[in-house]
Amino acid sequence: MKQLTIANKLFQSRLFLGTGKFGSSLQMEEAVLASGSEMVTVALKRVDLETDTDLLLTHLQHPHINLLPNTSGVRTAKEAVLAAQLAREALETNWVKLEIHPDPKYLMPDAIETLKATEELAKLGFIVLPYIHADPVLCKRLEDAGTAAVMPLGSPIGSNKGLKTFDFLQIIIEQSNVPVIIDAGIGAPSDAALAMEMGADAVLVNTAIAIAGNPLQMAIAFKLAVEAGRMAFENRLGAKVKHAIASSPLTQFLHEMNQ
Amino acid sequence: MKQFRDIYDQYSWDEVKTSILAKTSKDVEAALAATHRTLEDFKALISPAATPYVEEMAQLSHRITQKRFGKTIQLFAPMYLSNECNNICTYCGFSLDNKIKRKTLTAAEILQEINVIKQHGFNHILLVTGESNHTVHVDYFLKAIEIIKPHFANISIEVQPLTQDEYAQLQGAGIYSVLVYQETYHKEKYKDYHVKGKKSNFYYRLETPDRIGLSGMHKIGLAVLLGLEDWRTDSFFCALHLDYLQKTYWQTKYSVAFPRIRPAEGVDIANYHINDKELVQLLCAYRLLNEDVEISISTRETEIFRNNIMKLGTTTMSAGSKTNPGGYSVDEDSLEQFEISDERTPAEVAAVITANGYQPVWKDWDKIF
Repeated sequence: MKQLTIANKLFQSRLFLGTGKFGSSLQMEEAVLASGSEMVTVALKRVDLETDTDLLLTHLQHPHINLLPNTSGVRTAKEAVLAAQLAREALETNWVKLEIHPDPKYLMPDAIETLKATEELAKLGFIVLPYIHADPVLCKRLEDAGTAAVMPLGSPIGSNKGLKTFDFLQIIIEQSNVPVIIDAGIGAPSDAALAMEMGADAVLVNTAIAIAGNPLQMAIAFKLAVEAGRMAFENRLGAKVKHAIASSPLTQFLHEMNQ
Repeated sequence: MKQFRDIYDQYSWDEVKTSILAKTSKDVEAALAATHRTLEDFKALISPAATPYVEEMAQLSHRITQKRFGKTIQLFAPMYLSNECNNICTYCGFSLDNKIKRKTLTAAEILQEINVIKQHGFNHILLVTGESNHTVHVDYFLKAIEIIKPHFANISIEVQPLTQDEYAQLQGAGIYSVLVYQETYHKEKYKDYHVKGKKSNFYYRLETPDRIGLSGMHKIGLAVLLGLEDWRTDSFFCALHLDYLQKTYWQTKYSVAFPRIRPAEGVDIANYHINDKELVQLLCAYRLLNEDVEISISTRETEIFRNNIMKLGTTTMSAGSKTNPGGYSVDEDSLEQFEISDERTPAEVAAVITANGYQPVWKDWDKIF
């Protein structure tokens, strides 16, 4: 399988994990390790930056795991920039998952504020991975603004509804010059496999693993699904054909005319 | 702009009550099967007809809550700043006619309380006062917040209703959420319970969440004091209020709580008592109506009840609470608002949460926001 590159960084695994919603930090750590993921998001608001022994962070201290702090909780570009700066200082990374969802009900991302914050953060030297709606034009605007990748949603966060935005994700993948990471709504390994088969560069999963009966086993299931989907994509998965191949060809006359 | 008062006035208490009691098992089954539930579904789910379906409701509520909130319980501590109060409310320990010495914490005392609360591990705090506008006013709150803010990631308040500008000031100073409980949505009964003082103005209190919403506060907490009137009808109005607020102030989060009058508070609750099973029914009905509302359970409830209810839809719990100003260290015997029931320490409560397969969350916000 081809390696994934985001902002000159190589990843063997195309599965990113969220770290919220687990029944314990240990359970989260076991799932992260089993998934093979090298990139996990951490909500800045959940981390206690005033202690050296924050439970969440101590369970993520593995050399192969990169932390991707997210700005969950902010409502505006201004707040997001502030949060990213704090994360950079505290977690010593200039990577940031930009999440601006002022709507606490469905956690829908604010396109306008997200674009503004991406512009600002890119100028400040951040590697920005914005969480967005599956909006192809916004993706191109974000590219212009200097985004490192785009993270369009499959369906609302935590909904487990799968790729409800399928057709728009296809357009995004077709047009994108930056990696496309499908985030939110991936509720089953089959959703993750489908995302990879259609050519997504990676997927981010949280709820489906965190609240599974056995998160560790579910993490493995997602790992395998992501690998299967990617392999299928790289080996040109056959197109689905909805109709039968006609038995009396329409262009037979061309052969007859040439005889 | 239309406010909740305009909606409220279109409803009749008696008609709502009758319509809830008229719900049948067929209505309950339709509500359970629905993918998007309405306020009519909520009526069915809180009706007597839903009693045989409480287990099914609990299963659904458990699953929906885990999907949205994960296997986590957010912990917070209340900190009472003052028990001075100019209201006479027949059910409350702080009532003006309760002739006991009053206390409002000074800056030094606040710091002393902070130290104890912090030692327990809390990072989210709820500031509570009575209603004494001459001494415990917005300036007092702002000074208190200045002292408290460096020590906590998230600060909520439960104080007298304020103006929109005052809420905006508090928000600017670092307050995350405001809790304001209507107590009862029964306009006439409200006046019987709230005999004297500013709180006796039913509509001013009813309009308070609108003022909070307009101020841009992050979260608003609603509740009725269960036991003052028919809990079903009161809860319908509270759900109606929530529904309106969520559509109007769409950037704001919401929480509901289910304070039951403790028998010790000297009110005759025989008529309107809500039993444990009914409280579970009510909690689950809220979750089935609203998948994202936070549900908070206080130490008014017993250990056993709290241990079991945390999986049924609860998202937030207080622990080790003191309901008197200075109760953690400064003046442990000052007048308390109500007697708590679950007297375990925060560490003990956290251990039970862990034993239930849930993660106690001490921090889910940051003071930089």
